[in-house]
Amino acid sequence: MSDWVDVCDLDEVEPEDVIRFDHGDRTFAVYRAEDGTPFATDGLCTHEQVHLADGLVLDGEIECPKHNGRFDFRTGAALRSPACDALATYPARIRDGRIEIEI
Amino acid sequence: MTATADPHIRDYALDGAGADRARALGLANADWYRTEVPRKVLKELIQRRDGPALRDTALWFALLVATAAGGIALWGSWWALPFWLAYGVLYGSVCDSRWHECGHGTAFKTQWMNDVVYQIASFMVVRNPVTWRWSHARHHTDTIIVGRDPEIACKRPPDLLRLVANAAGLFDMVESMRALVLNATGRLSPAEKDFIPESQWAKAIAVARIHIAIYAATIVAAVGLQSWIPVLLIGGPRLYGCWHMLMTGLIQHCGLAEDVTDHRLNSRTVYMNPVSRWIYWNMNYHVEHHMFPMVPFHALPRLHEVLKPDLPPANSSILDAYREAIPALLRQSREPDYYVRKPLPATATPYKEEVAHV
Ligand code: FES
Repeated sequence: MSDWVDVCDLDEVEPEDVIRFDHGDRTFAVYRAEDGTPFATDGLCTHEQVHLADGLVLDGEIECPKHNGRFDFRTGAALRSPACDALATYPARIRDGRIEIEI
Repeated sequence: MTATADPHIRDYALDGAGADRARALGLANADWYRTEVPRKVLKELIQRRDGPALRDTALWFALLVATAAGGIALWGSWWALPFWLAYGVLYGSVCDSRWHECGHGTAFKTQWMNDVVYQIASFMVVRNPVTWRWSHARHHTDTIIVGRDPEIACKRPPDLLRLVANAAGLFDMVESMRALVLNATGRLSPAEKDFIPESQWAKAIAVARIHIAIYAATIVAAVGLQSWIPVLLIGGPRLYGCWHMLMTGLIQHCGLAEDVTDHRLNSRTVYMNPVSRWIYWNMNYHVEHHMFPMVPFHALPRLHEVLKPDLPPANSSILDAYREAIPALLRQSREPDYYVRKPLPATATPYKEEVAHV
């Protein structure tokens, strides 16, 4: 069963930025694209398990802070080595000025 | 293989006792110290631009063409020498920093530009672009961790003869060529197999074949033309022009700590003259680069100012760095456990040393 989980106020994530969101024993990266649309992926890079929320958001991509591997945070696809395996993605939406993700 | 806790025995092989020891001590893929930098400041520093790298790359290629043209036009006269010396450094040393920054994908904002310059620079520096992308990722994960980092230049006890000979790129070039030939014959070394995922092996072999084919064509051209010029243009500069790359590269980590998880203890930031900084693309801010590899070369001086209160004082010049590193290396040949430990300013967070620091 998946659930919509409340993450934060919309303005806690700037457009073209990312935050870390811990829920239970899981960690997620929650993004806003340049136009403000929210997205969510697993929080750890598939290469060496580094938190992606310390990375750079640019043109729909997240660059990992450790070795500059890149993912498309809308699809999870790995775009640049050493990131080779895709990230899991989760639906995200805005409700009453807050971001929610479905996990 | 059994892990050894004896710090005097250093096995740098990636498949040897040093690797077992690193894993047993929690030094493999460890959590590293990072200076706290507000997200807002960091976000501004990691922004990408095409402008600085485009300008420097255009200048680089223009200078390569101009110096090569001068060397060829004046061939047979002593006036050709300064042109070849300059061409050598532009080819054999500048390629290293361009390889490095474009490998990180930070030099240009536009990724294909990073990829194109990375491929060209990898060829010039005689590094398999596939192998070295993974080798360098490991260098960042496990910087100067014995048995884990494939890029440790100054192993202990130091081989001083080898370090001096390498000023002319001798061992380095021979080893790089040997690795390329091995790959071109369809094989990878055990170390390469350790850090390159199997999915990339075929790519590493294919690209090695292309590089070897270009070198073979260069030699055929030299023999056919009965001239040294093809070799001086392609491949040769990696020998006669790599001195600047080695001069700046050796002071990145030599004489400093091994097996630590704080880059302030194992990396060196050195103030340099503007020409060396252009050749080296600001990698003299080496502690900063290791702590925040997402910051592009053109923003490293600004990152340095942000981190300064938390870093040991930078060396004031290349000479100053060697004044520190050479005595340390000489001492390490007698006492391999010795390393230079710099005092931190009062404003800094103490060194992270929950793990071995020998
Ligand atoms: S940990 Fe993310 S690219 Fe290596």
